[in-house]
Amino acid sequence: MGTLLKSAPPSAIFGLVVLVAVALTGIFAPLIAPYGETEVVGGAYQPWSAAHLLGTDNLGRDMLSRMIFGARNTVGLALLTTALAFSFGAMLGMLAALKGGWLDEVMSRMVDVLMAVPALILALMLLAIVGPSIPNMIGVIAVIYVAPVYRLARAAAMNVVDLDFVEAARLRGERTPWLLWREILPNIWSTLIAEFGVRFCFVFLFIAALSFLGIGIQPPTADWGAMVKENATLISFGDITPLIPAAAIALLTVAINLIVDWMLHRASGLKS
Amino acid sequence: MSQLQKLVIGRMFLGILTLFVVSALMFVGIELLPGDLAQQILGQSATESTLAAFRAELGLDQPPHIRYLDWLGGVLHGDFGTSLASGREVSDLLGIRLANTMFLAAYAAVIAVPVAVVLGLLAALWRNTLFDRGVNLTALSAISMPEFFVGYVLILFLSIKAGVFPTLARIDSATSLWDALYRTFLPALTLILVVVAHMMRMTRAAIINVLASPYIEMARLKGVPQWRIIVSHALPNALAPIVNVVALNLAYLIVGVVVVEVVFSYPGLGQLLVDAVSSRDFPVVQAVGLFFAAVYITLNVLADIISIVSNPRLRHGR
Amino acid sequence: MGDLLTIRDLRLEAGNRSEPVVIIKGLDLDLDRGEVLGLVGESGAGKSSAGLATMGYVRDGVRFAGGSVVFDGTELVGLARGRLRRLHGKRIAYVAQSAAASFNPAKKLIDQYSEGPRLHRVRSRKEAERDAVALYRQMQLPDPEEIGFRYPHQVSGGQLQRAMTAMAMSCRPDLIIFDEPTTALDVTTQIEVLGAIRDIVEDYDSAAIYISHDLAVVSQMADRICVMKDGEEVETAPTRQMLDHPRQDYTRSLWSVRSFRRPEAEEAEETALIRCRTLSASYGAVPVLRGLDFAFPQGRTTAVVGESGSGKSTLARVLAGLLPPSEGEVFWRGEPMEMRLSKRRGDMLRNVQMIYQSADTSLNPRHTIREILRRPVRKFSGRRGDDLRARIDELMDLVDLDRAFLDRKPGELSGGQKQRVGIARALAAEPEFVICDEVTSALDQLVAEGILRLLVALQKDLGLTFMFITHDLAVVEAIAHEVIVLKNGRIVEQGSRDAIFKHAREDYTKRLLASVPQMDPDWLDDARRREAELRAREGDTA
Repeated sequence: MGTLLKSAPPSAIFGLVVLVAVALTGIFAPLIAPYGETEVVGGAYQPWSAAHLLGTDNLGRDMLSRMIFGARNTVGLALLTTALAFSFGAMLGMLAALKGGWLDEVMSRMVDVLMAVPALILALMLLAIVGPSIPNMIGVIAVIYVAPVYRLARAAAMNVVDLDFVEAARLRGERTPWLLWREILPNIWSTLIAEFGVRFCFVFLFIAALSFLGIGIQPPTADWGAMVKENATLISFGDITPLIPAAAIALLTVAINLIVDWMLHRASGLKS
Repeated sequence: MSQLQKLVIGRMFLGILTLFVVSALMFVGIELLPGDLAQQILGQSATESTLAAFRAELGLDQPPHIRYLDWLGGVLHGDFGTSLASGREVSDLLGIRLANTMFLAAYAAVIAVPVAVVLGLLAALWRNTLFDRGVNLTALSAISMPEFFVGYVLILFLSIKAGVFPTLARIDSATSLWDALYRTFLPALTLILVVVAHMMRMTRAAIINVLASPYIEMARLKGVPQWRIIVSHALPNALAPIVNVVALNLAYLIVGVVVVEVVFSYPGLGQLLVDAVSSRDFPVVQAVGLFFAAVYITLNVLADIISIVSNPRLRHGR
Repeated sequence: MGDLLTIRDLRLEAGNRSEPVVIIKGLDLDLDRGEVLGLVGESGAGKSSAGLATMGYVRDGVRFAGGSVVFDGTELVGLARGRLRRLHGKRIAYVAQSAAASFNPAKKLIDQYSEGPRLHRVRSRKEAERDAVALYRQMQLPDPEEIGFRYPHQVSGGQLQRAMTAMAMSCRPDLIIFDEPTTALDVTTQIEVLGAIRDIVEDYDSAAIYISHDLAVVSQMADRICVMKDGEEVETAPTRQMLDHPRQDYTRSLWSVRSFRRPEAEEAEETALIRCRTLSASYGAVPVLRGLDFAFPQGRTTAVVGESGSGKSTLARVLAGLLPPSEGEVFWRGEPMEMRLSKRRGDMLRNVQMIYQSADTSLNPRHTIREILRRPVRKFSGRRGDDLRARIDELMDLVDLDRAFLDRKPGELSGGQKQRVGIARALAAEPEFVICDEVTSALDQLVAEGILRLLVALQKDLGLTFMFITHDLAVVEAIAHEVIVLKNGRIVEQGSRDAIFKHAREDYTKRLLASVPQMDPDWLDDARRREAELRAREGDTA
């Protein structure tokens, strides 16, 4: 691990530092935050001061505290959603590659339909039907992102299932679970991990966008996307405060992308 | 019929089929709501008689497949039903907004596509140079930013601080083309920045992939100059992947429009969709969603057809 | 000093500059006008990189670390790109291994042919196209007037390879680099291509560097041979001298496999372990095997030979239970054999095992060798604990592998070692019937010989029955008892090894045998003469 970090370029180190900082902030939010998540502490739109480092928002809540809780909510939900999409997508994708035939055909066509509609539009349509709420949003986004993960896992597994060691395992009568977990998964693991990073970024931006549009995480829960929307008025007065949550989103996404880029680069370098 | 024609027609058919499936799924989804649409809209407190009256008004007393066919028949004639929120014809709501959205998307696309393709090409050519790294890092950062962040930053600097462009992109039928281009410059630029980043990265990857082929090395060893290798050997084979990249990103652009329209209060379909989703105005959601899906599917089908047609193995049979 | 090309102390490196990977460590070569030099070596010897370096060209990631390449008075190392370009294609040309990948799929052959002459202003487009037809004819391509107007995917592999040689000739270069031009071809096709290449090089009196891993092929083409190993020259000598009196042990070992013969088996009562009757199989609607009748005698090695597309690998898949036959019956010791893998019970699963061609793909790279062996031992023998460990150690001993390898992963082993693990895994099941699918074709000669010796010894000790699939007739001659010759999914001929090799009855078998390159510079001429006779006779009977 130590040597691994030493070989990391500055961009990746930067990414790791940001990632760890955000994670710690999220985990220890109640300890770090000076005020409560939804606590009204003064008048609306107060400027930056010693008591309120980033001022207050449209309802007079402390911006900094909401930023800190936002790290927990926005990132945590994105992580949960991505994990859900990944577990199902990877499982089904590997299964489709291994089994082939009608199972593969049926699942792949369903995924084709899911992917034939732009993700944001599909999410909006589905959320209109089920109504906006946090569990609904997680469910809808997870379902939508199962599709690309399925495709990737299937394609990666396709390269493995035809290899001789899988055939050798079949010839000695191994069953599906063994083939999936012991033969295929270890060989597509690195691909999936890199993809997890990329997908997390998409999901994270996606949730932020939905919240910004007022259809994602609902008030009064602190969320970076929604905070931009709630305080957007300030921008027309030349105040950058509403941009801080947006910048936080951008920073975290850049950080993860830099890490993923480095990992992919390393993986391709190791191969050649 | 040649193999090529079969493939192309098959692909088109598949696209239309997908669109039908999407519309049907949307319909079934609303059908599966707990209670029914009337209950959803009027709330739990509505009396049985108002519910019944409202159901009749919506046609909910008909069996679902009849209603789906009715709705589909209407759509084919340009009738998308009535908005639940405003009571106006959905097609009226769509009219001018559709044109506005297409205008904004086209504006961004016309600039973004050539810029992205050229940047991607240059980055691939000058791989691992300072130029390549710079462009890549910039693109990576741009991809990582939410559209609304880019939009607000542009507003802050180019509009509020510098005062060069208007904050809100309000246009109506009286706005002249030149004026419209000026007023929608910031939303268009937002879209361009985000889309160029994606498209440039993918173009670069596609070209690098082609440049690694043995026939490119062969051309080098025949003494073919670099520019000619690109133009005559790499591009014909990179065409299909590049077209795919462009189509994918145009589709992405269509979606990006939604957020950007909200940021700039631009009177387009995206705004309409977001409002309709918040107020659960299903006929509008259905109509707008179907439109976006149709554009997206059409672009993807077009890209597939171009790559089928440009494949020498399919164009010239064995 | 060669009067055309002089290479001195050529060094090539790859990887980062602080810890470079050395590819060529100080190579000297000389070449006279009109001379053909053969460059021979096993995989990783650096011969392809050396070939490209004679053009002053290195692939991405590789760089010149020293030395000089002087072509006709011009130093190529460090020469400006523009000046190098004026030599490439015009005075030094290149023929790549895979013609199918090296032709641009989007352009017609003749357009790719005329590109060089036009760029170098040697010929106009019209002249170049006329010239192309003449050279296509000379390369004995069918339909020389028309073939140039086809796209690469419309032309067969052997024809493409000839078209590429013609393309290399288009500016009448002084030097042509041939990089394994026939390696991807079937043996019968290889003869035609070799013949055509040799004729045209002689006719235009070009100098050439002919790169191959196959000493027999090189000895047909080259006046002089340079043997390389690990980026260095081992020895260089005129062809005949090299074949008759190799000075270095390494050079001698290169053709040792050809001299290996299994000890003659004692005559025994032969019983058939597996017998097939009118066995047919197909992929979808495409028939691949068409009514095969044969038997595999117990305790013997039956070689199944044929060119690509003959159906030999499909036969292996059918017997392994992976592809149920569409027709026919298979008997195991006279009893009907279950042909669907999912229906096979413990004993049948155990009895049929497979060893694969590529050791890289046949072992799961994420498992240790111990894990790879443990699973089949547990599954088939039910051993646990110390008993299990002892059996795994015993398997390693059987295949002559150090037990220390048990805790490594396949990536840390050499090709030959991996292949031994593959054999141990097959033995772990204690099978009676083992399918060997091209088990030596991905290995270097010396390693391959070790594997063959191991298989022969194992057969003697354990009484195994082998089905040995290969396209390499030298291997067949070395270890087979029985031979089955397949072509287009049918059996052309079958019999004992001696019957096939010494008294083949069918023309196809004779042609196949005659196509195997021999360590004899006259072989190509003889083979072409015999081929012509066979064709003439076919013409008579047709």
